Amino acid sequence: MQEPSERGSRASRVGVFVCHCGTNIAGTVDVCRLVEYAGTLPGVALAREYKYMCSDPGQELIQQEIREHGLDRVVVAACSPCLHEKTFRTATAKGGLNAYHFQMVNIREHDSWVHEDKDAALEKAKDLVRAAVRRVRLHQALETKRASINPDVLVVGGGIAGIHAALTLANAGKHVYLVEREPTIGGHMAKFDKTFPTLDCAACILTPKMTAVKAHPNITLWTLSEVTRVEGYVGNYQVNVTRKPRYVLEDLCVGCLECIEACVYQQAKVLDEFNLGLGKRKPIYIPFPQAVPLLVVIDPETCIEFKSHKCKKTCVEICGERNAIDFEQQDRTETIEVGTIILGTGFKVFDARRIPYYGYGTYPNVYTSLELERLVNASGPTGGEVVLRDGRTPKSVGIIHCVGSRDAHTNRYCSRVCCMYSLKLAHLIKEKTEADVYNFYIDMRTPGKGFEEFYNRVAEEGLKLVRGKVADVYPEGNGDGRLVLQVEDTLLGMVRKVPVDMVVLSVGLEAQADAQEVRRMFNITCAGEGFFLERHPKLAPVNTFTDGIFLAGCCQSPKDIPDTVAQAGAAAAEALALIDAGSIEMEPNTAYVLEEVCSGCKTCIPMCPYSAISFLEDKKKAEINEVLCKGCGTCVAACPSGSIRQNLFEDEEIFEEIEGVLTYA
Amino acid sequence: MTKPKVAFYWCAACGGCEETVVDLAEQILDVVAAVDIVFWPVALDFKRKDVEAMPDKSIAACFLNGAIRTTEQEEMAHLLRRKSQTLLAFGSCAQLGGIPGLANLWQRESVLERVYQECPSNVNLDGVRPSRQYRDNGHSVTLPTLFDTVLTLDQVVDVDYYVPGCPPTPKLLLEAVQALLGGNLPPKGAVLAPDHALCEECPRKDTRPDKLMLTEFKRPHEALIDEEKCLMAQGLLCMGPATRGGCEALCVKGNMPCTGCFGPTSRVKDSGAKALSAFASLVNSNDEKEIAGILGNIADPVGTFYRYSLPSSLLRRKRVEA
Ligand SMILES: Cc1cc2nc3c(=O)[nH]c(=O)nc-3n(C[C@H](O)[C@H](O)[C@H](O)COP(=O)(O)OP(=O)(O)OC[C@H]3O[C@@H](n4cnc5c(N)ncnc54)[C@H](O)[C@@H]3O)c2cc1C
Ligand code: SF4
Ligand code: SF4
Repeated sequence: MQEPSERGSRASRVGVFVCHCGTNIAGTVDVCRLVEYAGTLPGVALAREYKYMCSDPGQELIQQEIREHGLDRVVVAACSPCLHEKTFRTATAKGGLNAYHFQMVNIREHDSWVHEDKDAALEKAKDLVRAAVRRVRLHQALETKRASINPDVLVVGGGIAGIHAALTLANAGKHVYLVEREPTIGGHMAKFDKTFPTLDCAACILTPKMTAVKAHPNITLWTLSEVTRVEGYVGNYQVNVTRKPRYVLEDLCVGCLECIEACVYQQAKVLDEFNLGLGKRKPIYIPFPQAVPLLVVIDPETCIEFKSHKCKKTCVEICGERNAIDFEQQDRTETIEVGTIILGTGFKVFDARRIPYYGYGTYPNVYTSLELERLVNASGPTGGEVVLRDGRTPKSVGIIHCVGSRDAHTNRYCSRVCCMYSLKLAHLIKEKTEADVYNFYIDMRTPGKGFEEFYNRVAEEGLKLVRGKVADVYPEGNGDGRLVLQVEDTLLGMVRKVPVDMVVLSVGLEAQADAQEVRRMFNITCAGEGFFLERHPKLAPVNTFTDGIFLAGCCQSPKDIPDTVAQAGAAAAEALALIDAGSIEMEPNTAYVLEEVCSGCKTCIPMCPYSAISFLEDKKKAEINEVLCKGCGTCVAACPSGSIRQNLFEDEEIFEEIEGVLTYA
Repeated sequence: MTKPKVAFYWCAACGGCEETVVDLAEQILDVVAAVDIVFWPVALDFKRKDVEAMPDKSIAACFLNGAIRTTEQEEMAHLLRRKSQTLLAFGSCAQLGGIPGLANLWQRESVLERVYQECPSNVNLDGVRPSRQYRDNGHSVTLPTLFDTVLTLDQVVDVDYYVPGCPPTPKLLLEAVQALLGGNLPPKGAVLAPDHALCEECPRKDTRPDKLMLTEFKRPHEALIDEEKCLMAQGLLCMGPATRGGCEALCVKGNMPCTGCFGPTSRVKDSGAKALSAFASLVNSNDEKEIAGILGNIADPVGTFYRYSLPSSLLRRKRVEA
């Protein structure tokens, strides 16, 4: 083990600056005594306190003291480095030192905010400051490098989030690749008839945006496609997109839809995914009339030609010279280079079968809310008529809120949109059937612009609101298919049994089933409930912990369309900000191989999550690409001979810090 | 001109290090021609009082092998330190604690219990234990006390250089003697061996795949070992990547994996932890249960990763029970 002294001597004029953060820190930690203590530490030339270190005068103070007292290192004891490390590094640099001759101590989140015992909090602050002082004395001067930003953007998911982000960027003149795995873009919103709280027609506001995507010269739209590999780093991502076969050639199909008519299947027999199985389609079909791109798609699972190779292929016949149908189409992989990525992969609805006592999948007259969206939709399987599976119009309907939300057994969180869409559905059902509609809710949550007004409006239409969690749904017993909802009405304080013709389950919003795989591929994080995690809940809500990758819409958390669109715009703006800056500063905390002593054991080669390490065959040594390295430290820990080191995390620095924190003062 | 005086001494060790001296074969004559061996209890009849009689610092170099685990060894270490200009920790036991150092997984009492009572090959019906004082025929003998914890030489006295190995190779010994005689020594505290890991000098190096990940760790008797291929690539726990080179891959050439006797490189503070972290990194799974299964496969992890270095590790020993 090389002693620190061999790697350059310890700095001896450290300045320690302690922040009060108003009363956030000073209310718990005795700042004056901390400063007094810091002043006695070996190597410390001066210690100061200030009310708000991050303010302009606070930063000025640091610069001034560096100059006046010839400080050679700076320690700031304040809040989390996530918030202000950059601020103070800049101040250190402005004072004339290298920006990395600086160390930050978190005595707020790690101390004053989490402790009540003031004496102990002071002792802890002392320990942390002592560790930082010992560490910073060994800090080496480092240089930051810049990486250029490729102006092209990848948007994953063609729901309203992806559509809005793509259009915003394309309108700003950037090239966008929009990748959607279904045959059409539109996402969940394309399934709705009306949207709360304004009850405007979903298609009327969505389809113009969908066609704009298709028509935009700056957007490359790939449907039936998925991202299968992501490599690189902010500004320079290499992405593989696998495009599944449509069996219809995009540039030859004109969207006349004659082939659908001509298919050997006279009748549509296949359950139709877009209508959640409430309608039927043929093996060759379009998902819905306004699908974008408006191209037919062949489902190889049900197409006779794929099964037996003996179909008359009437579709090919009618397509004739256009020759757009190609049964031989295979997966293709496109490799693209982009600088930034926006994820808008949306949500999936809660699987109502997970709550068996609501009878979804058992009783035919129990529906999910999403199915109802299709039933009330004018272009849905019933042409917008709300009818039961046997064709009858329901005379009474019970809508159960919070199915798969706010429940310890399924999801604890509130899905945010269910109260509102339940009110919307209640209104639409009433409008179309004049049925009695009951809404069974736990709490009515309407905290958005125009939401409370919407609630009042729908309530006045004669809605029957029952406050209580439905405990059971069972058939009435006389065989007429009616269902009884058993509920404790918490306002009346009694158990009620409400018979209805139709039950609608307002299912919550969940993270996509493949969210974990997607997050691994893009190297971002998921929060506990499975949604992608933003970098900061308040200050960086569309950023992720990976630079250059942003979030929009329900993949981040359940939200309604206005919030989704706002977030998509924000994500586009973040991407534009990077693109317009042209380049980005890279943290210099990278790892490097001591080539002299590397034994070429190759242990490190497969370790790097960013593929930054390669093996030099000629020298038989490992080498780290500084630009690709993110400073995660994985290889540093793995190198069995200690031949990989890391800037800012040199062994000596870490051991000094540990010893500093453990030394009893 | 008087020849420089050299001493060899043996503490808690198996005797293998002494073999190294013998293994110099005819080259020992060159050594003897160049130096005066003034103390070497295993071969020459010198007594402790002879050493005590020597002036301080009169021995040019003392090669001390073995760990320190008794009061007598501790006294001898201090004595030889006083009498020698240069003290070398010779072999793994003196440098890192060595195999005897694994006793630090137990308490002294349980060691004695095992050795004098439980051991299946023992017949000790009276439960006799070594006692410090023994009287017989009017004579009294005093035995040294056994420590609870095995120590490395540098945990007892100041050490100038280290010669690694269990045992060190004759070549390293010769090089050390030549360096001493020639006066071209590295800075104090250095290990007199190369500072790269064994892979650097391993004849099988090129056969290791670039991206090796493992789903199974095997012990040598569980595999038909290919004589050409990287042992890690065959799923064997070869300590080579985590072990200082200098032995010229002796074990690997004998178709056995490296067990790590040369200790870590100068850049590693705790060799066992480092090796463990390196090998754990190679586990090819993301499933917690599966990972536990694969790692559970490693028999005796402490004995594998800290085989020669427990006393010199950050933890040094298993917790002393109150
Ligand atoms: C029953 C119901 C009714 C609702 N009613 C309203 C309403 O009236 N008003 C309102 O404001 N909000 C309403 N909402 C909420 C609304 O649906 C969401 O706010 C909105 O759909 C979010 O859009 P998004 O783009 O984030 O996600 P989505 O609409 O889920 O779109 C995600 C898209 O990404 C694609 N995708 C997913 N993963 C991948 C992948 N790995 N690769 C490529 N593509 C992928 C999907 O196929 C999909 O096209 C309702 C929700 C429900 C469940
Ligand atoms: S520290 Fe090592 S493993 Fe981590 S990103 Fe850098 S090179 Fe890769
Ligand atoms: S793990 Fe260390 S010694 Fe092995 S190849 Fe990588 S850098 Fe070299």
